[in-house]
Amino acid sequence: MLTVRRFLATLGPGTLWLGVFLIVPALVMLGYSFLTRTDLAQVGGPWTVENWERVFGYDALFQEWTADNLRVLWRSVWVAGLSTALCVLMGYPLAFYIARQGARRKNLLLILLIIPFWTNFLIRVYAWILILRPFDLVPSLTATLLGMVYAFVPFFVLPVYSSVEKIDWRLLEAAQDLGAPPLRAFMTAVFPQTLPGLIAGVLLTFIPALGTFVVSDILGGAKTALVGNLIQNQFGQAGDWPYGSALSFLLMGAVLLGLWAYARTAGHKGLEELV
Amino acid sequence: MIRRTHPALSVWAWVVYAFLYLPIIVLVVFSFNDSRFGATWTGFTTRWYPALFARSDVREALAHTLEIALVSTLVSTVLGTLVGLGLWRYTLRLRTALTGLLVLPIVIPDVVMGVSLLMFYSFVRSGLERLGWTFDNGFWTVLLAHVTFQISYVSLTVRSRLAGYGPELEEAARDLGATGLRSFTHVVLPLALPGVLAGALLAFTLSLDDFVVTYFTSGSGFSTLPVLIYTNVKRGVTPDINALSALLVLVTVVAIVASNALLRPRRQA
Repeated sequence: MLTVRRFLATLGPGTLWLGVFLIVPALVMLGYSFLTRTDLAQVGGPWTVENWERVFGYDALFQEWTADNLRVLWRSVWVAGLSTALCVLMGYPLAFYIARQGARRKNLLLILLIIPFWTNFLIRVYAWILILRPFDLVPSLTATLLGMVYAFVPFFVLPVYSSVEKIDWRLLEAAQDLGAPPLRAFMTAVFPQTLPGLIAGVLLTFIPALGTFVVSDILGGAKTALVGNLIQNQFGQAGDWPYGSALSFLLMGAVLLGLWAYARTAGHKGLEELV
Repeated sequence: MIRRTHPALSVWAWVVYAFLYLPIIVLVVFSFNDSRFGATWTGFTTRWYPALFARSDVREALAHTLEIALVSTLVSTVLGTLVGLGLWRYTLRLRTALTGLLVLPIVIPDVVMGVSLLMFYSFVRSGLERLGWTFDNGFWTVLLAHVTFQISYVSLTVRSRLAGYGPELEEAARDLGATGLRSFTHVVLPLALPGVLAGALLAFTLSLDDFVVTYFTSGSGFSTLPVLIYTNVKRGVTPDINALSALLVLVTVVAIVASNALLRPRRQA
């Protein structure tokens, strides 16, 4: 039972705060995406859909549709996808290795995983400049990919590990007793049990990778710009807030749509388990 | 239980750990490099560390980082704990919507949160200017932004801590004659406390670590350590930034090892 007084005392202040500093700014952003850039970082009328046309490739200057913008959006998706896949390749077996150690060793390995997890993101990305510069790889797309995998792999391993920890290994023994070959036994008895952690890990890797501008800004350079860089540029040098708003809204919409689809398939608890 | 692991799995694990630690080790090593331009090794020196503390912008950014982290953690811990308790205590028709609202700051890309707050502040600023007020203080804009993402983490941590307990606890305390306030301070709060502390610790660390949201909301003339590192890195690799990074890595390692030693359950009672 929730009375108005109780609401005001517990849920009220926090909800109000999120309303003012999260929902209202998102609405301001939506509004700005239909306005016009009047000057550097200045916004005014008239209302227009031009920014949204630009997002999908319309070039107002030459009055034609180009693929440039779509190429950036597509690159953001596949770079995020590829770095997520590489994180799975590196991290999924690692989670099993850690989970199968004795208590002391397991604790040590987990600490060794948490240290990079909590080390400042910017510093960890920056460190790759020192390594890759002698090989003339900065700036490049390879460097961006490496930096992303490096930055996100701890975020992937931890949720997978917590799923692997809970595995009921008797199911594997049962599958083996019933004569399943190793791969089939793994796929039917073990893999499904790791699925919640795997999905959480993929989302925790893919979503930040899709929106990042730091990694590609430091390691990638202008030729490998991602949607995050495009957004950053509109709020920096280009000073085109309406266009930047449309891009940001698209990015946010894509992420929320994906999560909504996931929550629908995983049931309402899906999102809560994620965090 | 210890199970056999395939040798290939062990090798792979060591490869991944080497990958995780190679950059950190290189960074620390290069912070002792005598070369000003840092590309090649020219000799061992410790001079970049004192040079770092001689920089007033570094000292200032450090102070800002700690101030923001402390104040935002205090505010968000109070607000987030109340939300977490409310979610636990009351049955709500809007529960799903409220959980969705709380998850939002965690799942939306930080660049989106940063730029939307930037525009929101500019919007509010122009409104206030019409009234003759000014609102141009990086401390406040960053503080409000940090609290916004911290509230979510604190409230979800507190709620999950209380998840196993039912409202009977509070009812029992009431039946035994405790007042509403007393049952809250003597029953509910002690149960929630580990969650509150864990949430506060998480909020503090997230504030220290945040670059993206701070970058967009700080405006000119106010920077925290991550923003300072970014602007320096954009200008090129400098040995004192290597030293600063190495120090921050050291702080992280010490904090994690210490909290692990403190929080680990004792073997003997």
